[in-house]
Amino acid sequence: MQNTIIIDGQEIIFKDGQTIMDAALAAKIYIPHLCHYPGLTPHGNCKLCTVNLGGKSVSACTTPAMSGQQISNNTAELNEARTTVTQMLFIEGDHICPSCEKTGNCKLQAMAYHLGMLDEHFSPFYPRREIDASHPAILLDRSRCILCDLCVRASREIDGKNVFAIAGRGIAAHLIVNSSSGKLVDSDIDVSDLATNICPVGAILIKEQSYTIPIGKRIYDQQTIVEVGLQEAISEKTKHDHD
Amino acid sequence: MTTTKIRIATTSLAGCFGCHMSFLDMDERLVALLEHVEFNRSPLTDIKHCDPCDIGLVEGGLCNAENIKVLREFRANCKILIAMGACAINGGVPAMRNHFDLRECLEEVYINGTGVEQPQIPNDTELPLLLDKVRPLSDVVQVDYYLPGCPPSANDFLRILSQLLEGKQAVIPANSFHFD
Amino acid sequence: MPIAAESQSDHLLHVLYTLQQQHQHISNQSINQVAAEFNLPISQVIAVAEFYSFFYRSPRGRYHLLFSNCTSCGYLATGKNLLLALGQRLGVVAGETRADELVSIGETSCIGMCDQGAALLINGLPMVGLDADRIEQAAQLITAETPIEYWPAEWFYIEDHIHQPGLLLENNGSPGDSLRVALKCGANETLKKIQQSGLRGRGGAGFSTGKKWQFCRDAPGLEHYVICNADEGEPGTFKDRVLLQNYAGAMFEGMTLCAFVIGAEKGFVFLRGEYRYLLAHLQTILRQRRQSGLLGKQILGQNSFNFDIEIVVGAGAYICGEESALIEALEGKPGIPRVRPPFPVTQGYLGQPTVVNNVETLIAAAHINLHGSDWFTVIGTEKSTGSKILSISGDCLSPGVYEYPFGISIQQVLDDCGAANVQAVQVSGPSGKLLGAADFKRKISFEDVSCGGSLLIFSQHQDLLAVNRNFANFFTHESCGFCTPCRVGTQLLKNKLAKIINGRATVDDVAEIKHLGLLTNQYSHCGLGQTAANHILHSMENFPDVFAGCLTDNSYTPQFDLDAALEDARQITLRDDDAAHLKN
Ligand SMILES: Cc1cc2nc3c(=O)[nH]c(=O)nc-3n(C[C@H](O)[C@H](O)[C@H](O)COP(=O)(O)O)c2cc1C
Ligand code: SF4
Ligand code: SF4
Ligand code: SF4
Repeated sequence: MQNTIIIDGQEIIFKDGQTIMDAALAAKIYIPHLCHYPGLTPHGNCKLCTVNLGGKSVSACTTPAMSGQQISNNTAELNEARTTVTQMLFIEGDHICPSCEKTGNCKLQAMAYHLGMLDEHFSPFYPRREIDASHPAILLDRSRCILCDLCVRASREIDGKNVFAIAGRGIAAHLIVNSSSGKLVDSDIDVSDLATNICPVGAILIKEQSYTIPIGKRIYDQQTIVEVGLQEAISEKTKHDHD
Repeated sequence: MTTTKIRIATTSLAGCFGCHMSFLDMDERLVALLEHVEFNRSPLTDIKHCDPCDIGLVEGGLCNAENIKVLREFRANCKILIAMGACAINGGVPAMRNHFDLRECLEEVYINGTGVEQPQIPNDTELPLLLDKVRPLSDVVQVDYYLPGCPPSANDFLRILSQLLEGKQAVIPANSFHFD
Repeated sequence: MPIAAESQSDHLLHVLYTLQQQHQHISNQSINQVAAEFNLPISQVIAVAEFYSFFYRSPRGRYHLLFSNCTSCGYLATGKNLLLALGQRLGVVAGETRADELVSIGETSCIGMCDQGAALLINGLPMVGLDADRIEQAAQLITAETPIEYWPAEWFYIEDHIHQPGLLLENNGSPGDSLRVALKCGANETLKKIQQSGLRGRGGAGFSTGKKWQFCRDAPGLEHYVICNADEGEPGTFKDRVLLQNYAGAMFEGMTLCAFVIGAEKGFVFLRGEYRYLLAHLQTILRQRRQSGLLGKQILGQNSFNFDIEIVVGAGAYICGEESALIEALEGKPGIPRVRPPFPVTQGYLGQPTVVNNVETLIAAAHINLHGSDWFTVIGTEKSTGSKILSISGDCLSPGVYEYPFGISIQQVLDDCGAANVQAVQVSGPSGKLLGAADFKRKISFEDVSCGGSLLIFSQHQDLLAVNRNFANFFTHESCGFCTPCRVGTQLLKNKLAKIINGRATVDDVAEIKHLGLLTNQYSHCGLGQTAANHILHSMENFPDVFAGCLTDNSYTPQFDLDAALEDARQITLRDDDAAHLKN
């Protein structure tokens, strides 16, 4: 007997050990996500991938697929909640896209486009968070960090380093750098690290590269987050290279 | 023959006039539009106060007391209020000053700035007082439609206005807009 | 030189605590030292130091006072703002340290002294029965730099207030009795007894204890662990404190019993930092039990039965009561709840099968094993066997600890503790249910109104919105920050509630807070976020006038105070003319 689950009425096959997200992406079904990247340990913090499983809200990226599951994903109710969660991520940080180097390549922005989010709805928090420009090639602007933890996991699991961590509690949670000074320049990060490149937003940026591709010709000017999301995965090769 | 024309007011608060410039990018299509609309208070007409209008287009966020007064005048007079552009929607580039205290900003400009000759923070009662933070329009009034973009393109303006002119709800579909 | 203090294990939390005692804060140097000693990344040590409220990265005063902000034992409970009074008297602002580093004050979530009057922690020690007079005397003692040992002893005396003992509180069997029975009838029989008793967890979720032990026993692992959850952080709850003070022997016995059943050699008590003052007492009992052969190698002479218990003291984080966050804390990490499944019974502490039980659950288990399951099932209801120990506080004559058979009505409890003219009862703390008179006939049980152990009573003269504000602040402060809906949602709820309380809200704002509340509850990662909006939703449902009563007729009002937003500019320009003001 084959292992199958049903997502929005469509029956799909899954392999043992896969999560609902793994199975969906393999079957070319997009479930919105920001803190997940195929190949890294799922974390389940952004909550955009929340789906409805038998009346319960669960995170698709961390919930194991089990035969017979009936899952709703692309429903008006879930997408409305996802829009609210995306708005929360916007107002909690400082997202002034016109002045951001990541614009057009940013997943948070692309998620907003995908969900039809025209405004932020809530009053912005305008937090004041520290910028770290110490590194000659890499910039860390915490005001755009959405605490997705991808850089933390990428550094630990793929780069074999431990450059980042999240510290603090509640709304004061923030990204810290693992070095004696707390600055990037004193860490062992490299431009080619996955941690440097995986940031979904404009929080970790490679310096002097941001305008090599003009606005209007960037990733999400050409493709939707759905298309990109279905293509992504850390290749097994990359993983082994670092082992 | 058209009966009465749709009356539109526009203004730029804490913005850069970019949205207005983009509006004018309609070029020759503006002529066709003018068959159906007339402009009331607007930098384009130099009319200083709003009469009752059908549509208000507001560019820019709120950075001072004057912005709030103007916005309230628009809300009171416009049946439909549209927040146009990034600054109106979330404060935009002017809101980058929110990283600093107001005093720090003013001292940087009027006291410690390069080339300042008579250091003094202006306090003339003619000048509108600054808010502690730059804010989006929706923090103060009900906004009916949001038109994202920095600036929204001429096409974006045409689309929303033609929907409204036809008496329809304006709809901006997913993946058809930009924040930059 | 090892940094750990003598009486404590060398757990990361303890080492950080000791360093903070030495330097009034955790300095960068301390961080580096600890990272080197534990062979941990600096970032992990910082993450831990910044997660727990009782750790400070900048120096506190030599007298550090943290006022409880609970509705029952908080600094507003006497009707006067005691925090403000002390601050003014000593010239120090809440959250800051006086320039001479003599004193710092601040506030903290409920410290579990809800039946003791207003209370605070001074250098970690609970000081109770506060009033304006006591605050003034304390100010004098601080100013004179009198060591706390010389302060009046009665300020630190915490009475038990056991007003109604029942099944558990009346029994304090002699040490080892229950274990001897277990050794005689074996692990299988013991487990069967627990299962037959129908015992369900007393920590809130009410999971079958017998099943939990069974799952853990059956789960493969290199080691098995048993953890006693003594993190009691739900505001208004203090029954575990009374149990730890008076019945710790039975609790350790219950842990040892569990170890016997599941095959554990190591157990932990995770004690909330607010109860650190109980540590020495608990250590004494542990020592006695070791001496009596009830802990350690070959317990009661049984060759293969080795088990010991370590106490780990928390440092101010409500979320560590959540079992997987607690395990993270035990592992020396920030208390962020794990993804579940896997549940602790299969992958808990260090990835091994682990039972986490509440203090009261473990005590009940010890007694059930001794007296038999029938002894337990004769009282209570069908699905809620046995008794429940309640912490009762707020507007009543006799706050304290009461034990009832499950199935008792709320009204009966209110009558017994001398509560008259009751407007509302918050059952099971801010994460529980806010009920009005219409619900007082309902029964405390898993079938009806389930209760982790606290009843906060609010009489007619209380402002329920102020209660909501208090609870909203609590959740905002305690959210661990891991997931978006709770991290941001709790903050937004707090802001919206402030707008309502300030009388600036419209009907739409009320609809909005409801929408937000439902979303936070539905989409959050763990029990904290999933219950964080309960109090608001219940208020709206059970006390509709509370919100409706303070709305404006306007259709839309600003999200911030317009005139206040000009205050900075007025001060900078020294203007106060008409144009320098805005109407809201
Ligand atoms: C936010 C939160 C706080 C909790 N606090 C406590 C607590 O202080 N004490 C406790 O025993 N259980 C607490 N729990 C429940 C525990 O996760 C767990 O269910 C319980 O310790 C299991 O023990 P029991 O089965 O004996 O009740 C809390 C749960 C959550 C979600
Ligand atoms: S990070 Fe993304 S959403 Fe944020 S400002 Fe930059 S482009 Fe916009
Ligand atoms: S810096 Fe980027 S990758 Fe790292 S946690 Fe923040 S948003 Fe995620
Ligand atoms: S619900 Fe709150 S406390 Fe729980 S994981 Fe999410 S942020 Fe942390």
